[in-house]
Amino acid sequence: MYKTMVRIRRFEDTIHIRFLKGTLPGTVHLYQGQEAVAVGVCANLRNEDVVASTHRPHGHAIAKGVPLKSIMAELYGKETGCCKGKGGSMHIGDASVGMLPAIAIVGGGLTIAAGCGLAFKMRGTDNVAVAFLGDGATNEGDFHEAMNMAAIWNLPVIFVCENNLYGASTHIKLVCKLENLADRAAGYGMPSAICDGNDVLAVHECASKAIKRARSGGGPTFIECKTYRIGGHSRSDANAYRDKEEEKLWRARDPLIIAGNKLKDMGAMTNSDITAIDAEIALEIGEATEFAEASPLPSGDECFTHLWAD
Amino acid sequence: MPGKLSYAEAIREGIKEEMERDERVFCIGEDIGIEHGFGGAFTVTLGLSDIFGHERILDTPISEAGLAGAAIGAAMMGMRPIADVQYCDFLFCCMDQMINEAPKIRYMSGGGFTVPMVMRAPVGVTARGAQHAQSVESYFMHCPGWKIACPSNAYDAKGILKTAVRDDNPVLIFEHKKLYGAKGIRKVEGALDASSLIPDEDYTIPVGKARLVREGADATILANLRMVYEAGFAASDLAEDGIEVEIIDPRWLNPFDYETLYASVKKTGRLVIVHEDTMTGGWGAEIAARTMDDIFDYLDAPVKRVCAPDTPAPFSPPLEDVYVPSKERIKQAVKSVCYMDSGQSFLRSGGR
Repeated sequence: MYKTMVRIRRFEDTIHIRFLKGTLPGTVHLYQGQEAVAVGVCANLRNEDVVASTHRPHGHAIAKGVPLKSIMAELYGKETGCCKGKGGSMHIGDASVGMLPAIAIVGGGLTIAAGCGLAFKMRGTDNVAVAFLGDGATNEGDFHEAMNMAAIWNLPVIFVCENNLYGASTHIKLVCKLENLADRAAGYGMPSAICDGNDVLAVHECASKAIKRARSGGGPTFIECKTYRIGGHSRSDANAYRDKEEEKLWRARDPLIIAGNKLKDMGAMTNSDITAIDAEIALEIGEATEFAEASPLPSGDECFTHLWAD
Repeated sequence: MPGKLSYAEAIREGIKEEMERDERVFCIGEDIGIEHGFGGAFTVTLGLSDIFGHERILDTPISEAGLAGAAIGAAMMGMRPIADVQYCDFLFCCMDQMINEAPKIRYMSGGGFTVPMVMRAPVGVTARGAQHAQSVESYFMHCPGWKIACPSNAYDAKGILKTAVRDDNPVLIFEHKKLYGAKGIRKVEGALDASSLIPDEDYTIPVGKARLVREGADATILANLRMVYEAGFAASDLAEDGIEVEIIDPRWLNPFDYETLYASVKKTGRLVIVHEDTMTGGWGAEIAARTMDDIFDYLDAPVKRVCAPDTPAPFSPPLEDVYVPSKERIKQAVKSVCYMDSGQSFLRSGGR
């Protein structure tokens, strides 16, 4: 899990620099600081389980097993990208590893995740659907409908709310009276849990319970992971609206450092292991970059393909 | 033994047969399966939950976004849902799902996922006020990724339903409230008889194929849903004046059967489009523009559209008579393109 977190962090750092340099088209919403959530949750999942993600999907995608090179190629707009260059950063998806194409509309993936859970239940499998959402999404109407439906039909859906305290530039305190978003679940008769979203072991354990519940027919759970976004909302955001003290507090709780220290304390990892992992990841990212740069852009007539299933 | 079925009965039979044929098919909507209930707002699913149970005729809360999204997710996982909203006006409660998700998921994922879902929605004015009266085809015709059907009779309705279920793409079927032929307490005032003889054997209606309703050499009327019948009434009257109109029912708005339409307009040189949707940006505007662009030299007159005016639908019956295209307005339009009109026309503002 530590390695996957590093993979996400270094990938996002790399992408950020490329965007600042103007190498890549469009925009990105980066995941640094929240790695423990994606990794802690997805480490419990199978390929056949699905993840519904958001406009900030890279961390979820990497944690679910989408290869770095196909994400990189997608960001470059190349035809070898996971979505053949048709989707871009906010729609990263890969059917072979259960990553639904991320839905960029805030809250838009939640009812879809419920539908996936419905299908799993109808077919009698014990697969689960994980719906990632941010704190801001809990105010969208679709959140209400998805939560209620999942509850009344006992669907195998885990709603993982990454409360990073901001919906774009708006602090959660301005838009919600609750201290804990998990309290909203009670309104639907749905069990909930709160965990430290910067501690991958805590997330893993919390998610594991919820996933077991879903697999055994116990229905949905809402998990609130308290976390923080190191970067801005999107690449062009310098976080001027954030309180400096708040930022300082959270930077001191870097999930990679927390995990690294825990592993070292347990004797499971040494400093040279950490260096080795960094080097390995750097190599992976280098290979992914080479792949992306060498891949062709799609030809113009690809604009018209993949509209219809034949 | 082929029997006569109403529009609602034919759709019901189509749903039943598809659910028997393929265990992945299920219905999801409000009030569709409730014991001793309505069988949907217009009786289409009446009795189906007795046969298939409440998991395959799945009643939802009043959550259009929820049910549309659930249909999308289930379809992405290989099920074949038939979702419905009780009135097409409620599609606006799930527009994110209808526009941003269902028709875009395949494209955005580079073909990685499909969404084989059906959404059914009734359109049309029935004295229930502006929010239960719209015809919304054009909003979705504008959105790439939806196949859109609009059957005008029981035979087509059943065949189109089956085609839609078997299609791997999102298919939106607009039905008309005045065509259902629902009986009892769900009966609609002023309903038309859209029943047909339904054969025993399995049949489907091919995607994107229009139907020639009436042959004629003088003018082409392109009309959908309830307007097919109004066009028919107009045609009988016009025949007495020596004008023989050809009536085409498109059956599908996307893909649209330009081949059949153009063959007709090349023959008649005149086109009148009739729809219950409002004038500005109604689906007729697209057809008119395309026709002008593609076969201008064959037109002897501008393409005329007979539509609802650009107002919300009024309630009071005399106002409704002004609002809904009548056979009188259709006749006027045909005479106009034949240069025989009396000089009246609808202004875009809704005035005269």
